[in-house]
Order: sequence, then C-alpha cells, then structure tokens
Amino acid sequence: MKHSSKRSTVALFATCLVDLIRPQVGFAAAKLIEDAGFALDVPRTQTCCGQPLYNSGDFNGTRKIARKLIDTFVDYDYVVAPSGSCAAMIKLHIPDLFANDDVEVHRKALEIADRTYELTEFLFNIAKVNIHANYQDSCTYHDSCSGFRELGIYRTPRALLDMVDGLTLTECQESTACCGFGGTFCVKYPQISAQIAAEKTQYIKATNANTLLGGDLGCLMNIAGMLSRQGSSIRVLHIAEVLAGYGNNPAIGEPQI
Amino acid sequence: MDIASSKFKSNARAALLNENLQGALKKSRGGFVDKRQQAVDELPQFEELRDRAVAIKNHVLTNLDQYLEQFEAQVAAVGGQVHFASTPEQGVEAVIDICRKAGAKRIAKGKSMIGEEMDLNEALEKEGMEVIETDLGEYIIQLASEKPSHIIAPAIHKTREEITELFHEHHQKYGLTEKVNEVATIVNEARTVLREHFVNADVGITGANFLLAESGASVLVTNEGNGDLTSTLPRVHIVTASIEKVIPSRNDLSVFLRLLARSATGQEISSYTSIYSGPAQADDMDGPEEYHVVLLDNGRTSMLQGEFWEMLRCIRCGACMNHCPVYQSIGGHAYGWVYPGPMGSVWTPLLVGLQNAANLPNACTLNGRCESVCPMRIPLPKLLRKLRKQIFERGLVDRISRTGLALWGLIARHPPLFRMFIGTGAWWFHRLGRRRGSIQQLPFASGWTEARDFPAASGKGFVSSWHSSRKSD
Repeated sequence: MKHSSKRSTVALFATCLVDLIRPQVGFAAAKLIEDAGFALDVPRTQTCCGQPLYNSGDFNGTRKIARKLIDTFVDYDYVVAPSGSCAAMIKLHIPDLFANDDVEVHRKALEIADRTYELTEFLFNIAKVNIHANYQDSCTYHDSCSGFRELGIYRTPRALLDMVDGLTLTECQESTACCGFGGTFCVKYPQISAQIAAEKTQYIKATNANTLLGGDLGCLMNIAGMLSRQGSSIRVLHIAEVLAGYGNNPAIGEPQI
Repeated sequence: MDIASSKFKSNARAALLNENLQGALKKSRGGFVDKRQQAVDELPQFEELRDRAVAIKNHVLTNLDQYLEQFEAQVAAVGGQVHFASTPEQGVEAVIDICRKAGAKRIAKGKSMIGEEMDLNEALEKEGMEVIETDLGEYIIQLASEKPSHIIAPAIHKTREEITELFHEHHQKYGLTEKVNEVATIVNEARTVLREHFVNADVGITGANFLLAESGASVLVTNEGNGDLTSTLPRVHIVTASIEKVIPSRNDLSVFLRLLARSATGQEISSYTSIYSGPAQADDMDGPEEYHVVLLDNGRTSMLQGEFWEMLRCIRCGACMNHCPVYQSIGGHAYGWVYPGPMGSVWTPLLVGLQNAANLPNACTLNGRCESVCPMRIPLPKLLRKLRKQIFERGLVDRISRTGLALWGLIARHPPLFRMFIGTGAWWFHRLGRRRGSIQQLPFASGWTEARDFPAASGKGFVSSWHSSRKSD
C-alpha cells in the first residue's frame, strides 16, 4: 500500500470524459476527497476503464486495457471515480473478464473491485463527509443507469445534496430512466439516442428546476447538449462541482470565461 | 417470416420519422410502466415469487426431455396428440396436415407468437384456407397486412384513427358501413364480425402460455376471452407452442400466473385464464373432438446447451420492451423479425443467425432496466454483451468501428500516448466551442450534433493539469 502518512491514500480515477472535456469535475472530486482527510493521488498512468471495447464485444482488447488499469491501481487503499459506469466496470466487469483464465490477475482485480467506489458512495459511506457548500438554486437529479442499477446508488447523492446550503431538490419523474447516452450507443445510433434524450429533457423541464445534477459526465453531456439545442436555460453540472462549492462556475456547455 | 433485422438502422430511422407510430408509442408508454409498478408494490411477495419461478424454470430446463415426454404421454392419455417440430417448416407441415385431414376451410386463430415464428397464416392461406385472427390486436394487424409490433399488444403501433379507417375499409362487406371511432364501438364491431367466424370455423388454433406436464393441458391467458371461443367451438383444436413452455404442474402454474399478469399489464390476474385439458370426453357437454399440440423447437435445444440458456426462462410478458428506451423510441417493427425489444434482441440472432441480426444486440444502451423488471430475472444486458462478443469475434463489425476500437485500445494501453491524445483532444474541443461554450457541429460525429450540442472542453486534460497545479503549489 502506498501510505504517504498514516492517512489512507485514495487514487482518483478521473475517467476519460472528465480528463478530456471537464477537468472541473476532477478538481472538484480531488478537493472533496482531500477535504475529507485522505491523501490523494491522481496516477499519471491511468487511461480508460475499457467500456468502449467491452461494450462493443472486444473482450480480449478490454482485457489488455484492464491489465494496465490493475497495475496502476493495485497499491492504493481506495480507488474513487466520479462516474457510476466506470466504477461499475472496475467493480463488476473487469474481475469477470479474468474469472476463467488468469488466477493472479483475477485476484488483484477482485481486490481493486473491493476498494473501488463511485464518488458519492465514497464520500457518504466511507469518508462520511460534512459538506460545506452553498448553491442557491432549485435542482433535480438524474440517476445514471450503471450507478443506479449495477451499484445501487440512489440515496448517497441525495444525502450529500441535502447538506448543501440553499439547494432544493425536486425529484424528476423517471429520474432512473436512461438518457440515451449509452457510451458507444450514441455514436452507433445517434438518432435513437437523441430521441431518448429528448424524452428525458421533457421530464427534467417538468420539474421546473433550474439545475440538473448527476454523477456521470457522459449522461450529463448528452442531456446538456439536448437542453442547449432546445434553447433551455437549465444548467447542467456534475454533482461533485456543486458539493465542492464550484456550482456557480460556468455549467456544462456554457462559455468558460 | 421474412427477416428484416439486417435493415435495423434504416427501419429505426423510418420509425423515428413516422408520426402515427410516434403518437401511438407516446400514448402507451407510461401506462404499462406505471401499472406494473403499482401491481408490484401491492404484492409484498413479488420478489419471492420471482425467485420461485426462476427456480421452477431452471429445474424444468435441466430436465426438459423428461417433462416433454411426460407431457406427450399425458396428452395421448386424454386422447390428444403431440407433434414435435424441429423447424418452423415442420411445424407448418404438421398444422396443415391436421387441417387437411379435418377438411378445414375456415380457421379461427388466437394469438400465438409461435404461429408468427412459423408464418402460419400465410402457409394456411396458400392451402386455400381462410384464417381469421380472433385477438382484437391481431385482427387489426391482419386487416392491415402487418406483423405484431409487441408480443402482448400486437397492434400497439396503431392509432385509433388508423383502426377506424381499417374497419371502415374491411367491414363494409358485412353491411357495417358506418365509421366507428370510440373504443367501445370499435370493440363491438369487431365482436360482431368475429362471432360469425367462431361459429363457422372448422379448426381453432391457439397459442399457449404454459403446458402442464402432469396432465397434458395447455394454459392460455387472455383479456378478451377469444381463446375460449377459438378452442372450444370448432371441431378441432390445435395448440401451437414451443418446447420451453412446459412446467410440471398446476401448483407451479399459480406462481407464474401471478408474475405474468403483473409484469405484463399490471393486472393482478388476466381476465381469462383457460386450462384446455384435451378433446371432449364422453360425458362432456361440449369441447373439440380433436386436440393437437404442435411443439416447436426452432433452435431452442441448441440454446439450452450454450451460454444463452437463461433466455429460455422467458414467459413473454413484454415487460422488457415496455421499459426499454430503444423499443419505446422506435416500436417493434424496426427489429425486423417476430420478437422485438430486449428479449427479441437476444432471441432473434440466436434463432435466425447472428449474421442476419448483428445490429440488434448492439442497439441497446445497456441501461439494465429490462433485467430489473424481468420477472424471470433473465440477465438480458449480460446476454446482449455475450452476443456482441460473438459478433465482434466473427468479424461482423464494420471496418470503421473495428479500426476505431483498435485505435482506442492502442491509446488506452499506452499512458503517454493517452495523455497526448487527451491533451490534443482537449485543445481541439476547446478551440471548436470556446466562444459559445458548446459546439453545434462536430466534423467527425455529426450524428451527435445533428440533434444536440457538444460541450466545449476547458483546453487542458485533467490529469496533466492536476499534476502541474501540484508542482506550482
């Protein structure tokens, strides 16, 4: 284990979308983890969790990526990802990929799976944080599919948002319904994906909330992109941004000054 | 039935632009979902029932040969006959043979997905027999010369206005010349027309939801009662079913009935649950003289031996498609064969060949809602991923996707290359959208920006930025 001190060390797995499109989410997650008293590392050798290949049927290619991921994260006390789907990939699917062949890699994959958490789950259940943030707005929440159905994440984001001063949360009808992103799905079937997203935005608008929050950047980019095209002024942010007190910075798709 | 699954993409695009279909889908969408949820909430033992049903089906599937033999023997014992058919062609042959021997001219037919697998109507009509569908939904699509778009609500893609026009066009020959446009009057008119056919039919064909091994009975649930008229009024009753429908006994049946109705329509129990126990016996006042069960395999035996055996637990409730965002966007016809939605996306490639339906397992966001509502706990996303694996390994993925994936794999295996890719990408996505904050047109992903904006990036990758910020601290 990499112990820089007596504190447990958390490796932040930023996810490729946060790395590429919205570093703010990574910085927010980093701040939240450090404020909770953990030593933080952002391993430079991290890349992708392998979902694009895995969900396209290239299991061998995924295994190769997964071996690298395992090497990168095996020595940390915790691995935290600001994404339900990437966390589920590490917790559930990567160990499965090695279940039948490589005993040693499988053992390591299971160990990492055990120590990997989606961000809100980690903050609430493990770090037991107190949130000191302020966001004066009415919000609604989108429960991303993998986080909700594969990891059972529903309560933790709400409990954390409850600690934010000024924030009111209105539940959205069908908050757990898919937004149509689906990773490679939105590339292969863009029209169907857009139709599902349009359905989702109707429910979001019906809440009359000014801000949509969620825990997976892929879904949020999809929904934000649809809202923006529809001319809606609803702001879309990753939950980490609001929890870290960055909620008033430009939202997803807003000009960054 | 012709297989149009390879045209999934163009079918789906057409479906998205079909205003009637979109209207019909929007109307039906919430109903199934809300009613199911309410019914499930009202039954605290629902999860326990699911577990029991899964255990029963798993047991049956492990001992399927024994239960089928028992079923066959019991059907024979009551004076009926089981006809095993390996292929749809053999199934059709068996049905035609029975009808010919019965000298059948008119056939009343209840809803049967196995009938669809066998393309039964077309085959019987070719033999010069008149076939009338007696389920209202099936009757509507028969008039429209279409196929079912949903396994329990075959005409769900039709609007009321379309049905009004269909009836007006086809019922004038019965002297029904007035247009009917209320639900009640539509149903009444269908009833008037169909009654005539029930009485005059020589053969009645029904599907089966379950087959009872202990007694040779077939069980059918409907909400219209048409199954009873179809099976009891004509002289000959033919049941078309598939081999995995068999369950041990009536006791097991109660578990499935409680799950099926709630999962399908949110009812506590379907309006009619009929147990057909065979031909009329000497002291029976009525009932058919002959009872035949045509049991179709059509690839199921080989499914049983492979990694997709769990799919055979399916009881055809339709909950997976009712909760599927893709199905709800494009309807059932786009899937191109008999079974649509998540369950169809597993069945179809297995039954008609992966090369004919490679799009279906991919046309799914893997959101997992289907699995969460499946009363039989079929791991649909897992099965779809396994099919994707086969599709990939058999080279059925187009070259562009294959190259893209290989490239991404290469980048993801080499962290320095990955950092470089992220750096370049972040810069590029920043340049493209920095003024407005979002990008209205992406050069290589026009599919996305056709209907949505794409957010601009901040200009630098997170991992690199984080490390530079630490250095400067």
